[in-house]
Amino acid sequence: MEQVAARRPRRFYILVFVLPAFILYSMFMAFPLLDSLRLSLYQEQAGGPDVFVGLANFERLFNDPVWSERFWNALRNNFVFFAVHMLVQNPIALLLAALLTTRGVRGVALFRTILFAPTTLSFVIIGFIWQLMLSPLWGILNNPAKTLGLPTPLLGQTQSALVTVSLVSVWQFVGLPMMLFSAALISISEELIDAARVDGATGWQTFWRVRFPLILPTVGIVGILTFVGNFNAFDLIYTMQGALAPPNFGTDILGTFFYRTTFGGGATQRPNPIMGTTIATIMFLIILTGVLIYLFGIQRRLVRAES
Amino acid sequence: MKKAFTFTLVLALFLVALPVSAQEEVVELVMGSWRTEDIEQWDEILAAFSAAYPNIVVRFEPTLNTEYDAQLRAALEAGTGPDLITCRPFDLSLGLYEAGYLASVNDLPGMEHFNDVARSGWITDDGENVYCVPMASVIHGFIYNADLFEEHGWTAPATMDEFMALLQTILDAGITPLAMGTKDGWGNAYMGFENIGPNYWDGEVGRQALISGEAKLTDPEFVAAIEAVVAWEPYLPDGHEAIGYADTQQLFPLGGAAIFPAGSWEIPIFEANAMFAMHAFKPPVVDPDAETCWINDHVDIAVGMNAATAHPEEARIFLEWLTTQEFAQMYSNLQPGFFSLSDHQLTLENPLAQEFLDWRQECQGTIRVLYQYLSRGEVSADNENWRIMPAVIQGVMTPMEAAEELESYLWRPE
Repeated sequence: MEQVAARRPRRFYILVFVLPAFILYSMFMAFPLLDSLRLSLYQEQAGGPDVFVGLANFERLFNDPVWSERFWNALRNNFVFFAVHMLVQNPIALLLAALLTTRGVRGVALFRTILFAPTTLSFVIIGFIWQLMLSPLWGILNNPAKTLGLPTPLLGQTQSALVTVSLVSVWQFVGLPMMLFSAALISISEELIDAARVDGATGWQTFWRVRFPLILPTVGIVGILTFVGNFNAFDLIYTMQGALAPPNFGTDILGTFFYRTTFGGGATQRPNPIMGTTIATIMFLIILTGVLIYLFGIQRRLVRAES
Repeated sequence: MKKAFTFTLVLALFLVALPVSAQEEVVELVMGSWRTEDIEQWDEILAAFSAAYPNIVVRFEPTLNTEYDAQLRAALEAGTGPDLITCRPFDLSLGLYEAGYLASVNDLPGMEHFNDVARSGWITDDGENVYCVPMASVIHGFIYNADLFEEHGWTAPATMDEFMALLQTILDAGITPLAMGTKDGWGNAYMGFENIGPNYWDGEVGRQALISGEAKLTDPEFVAAIEAVVAWEPYLPDGHEAIGYADTQQLFPLGGAAIFPAGSWEIPIFEANAMFAMHAFKPPVVDPDAETCWINDHVDIAVGMNAATAHPEEARIFLEWLTTQEFAQMYSNLQPGFFSLSDHQLTLENPLAQEFLDWRQECQGTIRVLYQYLSRGEVSADNENWRIMPAVIQGVMTPMEAAEELESYLWRPE
C-alpha cells in the first residue's frame, strides 16, 4: 500500500477538504484549549498584565489549604462517582445487553427503547424529576428510603448524597453501554455459540468463556468512555444540587469545582478564571492519562475477534 | 446588547441631525438596568418624570440580570454605555467608578436625604466620593401565617426567648414552625444569620468593629448569633438537609409551615400564592431591656450617571429627581418589598410592606455584615457562609469552628 501511494502524484485538493475542518477545529477547539493551558501558568496582577508564574498555581491548588482541601475533596468524590459507574452502570448494562441478545426473548425493540430513553433526555429534566422524587417534602422515595434504614434525606446526608447522585446518573446513562454491548454481542458469529453448545457448554459457560472474551474490546471502550464522561461531568450535579454541591461540598466533583471557581458561585464571590483554568488543566491531564493508559496499556493487547 | 447598540446608533444619528432639522429641545436619556421584570413600573415612573420635566425623556433599557454587569462594562469600555446606570451595591459599582465610568454625585442637591448606611453601598473606601444615588433596600424579618396564629392564639415574639418558646409551642401543636431548608444555604446565611444577627452584634457598631479589625467573628457576640441560628434546627421541616429555598417558597404559601424567615422581596410572591392572611415581625431582640433594636435594611439598588454622557445636565436633573419624596413614594408603592433609602416619610399601599417599613421608625438599620469590604478576599467570606451556615445547622461543624473558618476568609482594609 505505501509503495503504491508514494508513486501517485500528490493530491493537493485533499488540502481543500481538510483545511476548513482543520481551521475551525484549531480556532474553536485546539486554540482555546492550549490558551487555557497557558493561562494556568499566569497570575493576575493589579493594574497590569498577567505575570508568568510557572507552576505556582498548581502548587497552590495542591498545597494551599484554601484550595487543596476542596481540590482533593472534589477529586476523591470524582473517583467515587467513577467507581459507582464502573461497578453499577457497566455490569447492569452488560446484563441487560446479554438478556436483550438472548435468542427467543420477545419485545427486544420495546425494552431497548425504554431502557435507552433516559439517555436522550436533558440533564435538567432528569435532575428535576429525581430531585422531586427524592424530596423530603413531596417526594415518593423519601419514606421508602427511611423504612429501609437508609440515611434520609438521601440528597442531604454526607454519607448518601454522592452515591445517590451517581446512581441517578447511572439510571440516565445505562442505555449507552447497553447499546454498545448488545451491538458487540449481536455481531458474534452464531457458529461459535453453536459450537460451544455442541461441546456441552451451559449458557453461563457460553457467556463467560465465548461471548464475553469476544466483546472485550467493547468492554475496554465502554470503560474509557465512562472515565472520560465522569471526569468531565458537571451538569447533573449542578441541576440537582447547585453550584455549591451540598451538603458541605459532599457532591462536589471537578466539574462543579471548576465552574464555581471560574464563574463565581454566588453574589459576592469574585470569579477566578486563572485558578479555574488550573483546575481545567488538571482535569485535562487526568483524562489524558486515562486515555493513554487505555491506548497503550490495554487496547494494544486486545485482539479483535475475526468476524 | 444588539438592541441597545442599534438604539444608541439611531440616537447618535438623530443627535447629529438634530440641529439642522428642528428646534425641538427634547433630550433623550437611556437608562441601563438588570431589572427586566420592572419595565412596566419604570414606564410609569418615567412618565411621571417627563410630566415634570417635559424636555427630558428617559428610556428604560434593561438587559438580563446575569448578563448586565459584563455587558455594561463592555459598553462603557466601547464608549456606548447608557447615560444612566443602575448600580449594584459595593464592589461591582466601585470598580466602575474607579475606572472613571461613573460620575461623582457628592454635590448633587438632595443627597442629604441619604444617611451613611444608605450611602455605604456606593461610596469609595476613603468615604470621600458617593457615585450613585441610593434607590432601594430590602428589609429582613419574619413573615407568618396570621390565620394560623389567630386560630391558636399565638402572638408575634419580641425577644429571642419568646421566639424560641413560640417555636416549641408551634412544634407541640404538630405544625412545622419554620419554613427553611438547609440545602442551598443562602437562606440560612441571609434570612438566618444576617437576619437575627444584628441584634447580637449591635448592628452597625459590631459591623464597623469587624471591618476595622477590633472585633473578630470568633468574638462571643458573633458566635452567639451563629448558635442562635443553629438552635432553629429542631424547628425546621423534616429532611431540611435536602430542602432548598424554592421548596420553602412553595411550602409556606401552601400552609405547610407557620413562619417564613424572609426578606421583604418575598411579599409580592407570597401575596400572589398564599390563601391566608400574612403579617410580619421584626428580628427579635436578645436583651429585652436593650435600648436599640436593629434590622437588616440591606442596600440593594441605586442609580448613577455615565461620566461620559452627552447630556450631563439632564442626567443630573434626573438623579436629583430620584432624591425627591415624589419618586420615593412612587417607587416603593410600585415595588412592594423594595423600600426607598431616603429619609422621606412614606405611606405604602401594601399593608405587609408597610409593616416592614414601620420597623425603620422603631429600630436602626444595618446591612449584611459580610458584604462591605470583608468579602473581597480570594475566597469570599459571604459566599462561603452559604455553605458554612447550613453545615453548622446540620451539625457538621460547631459554631466556633464555623466562626474560625469564616474569620480566616475575611479581607480587611489596611
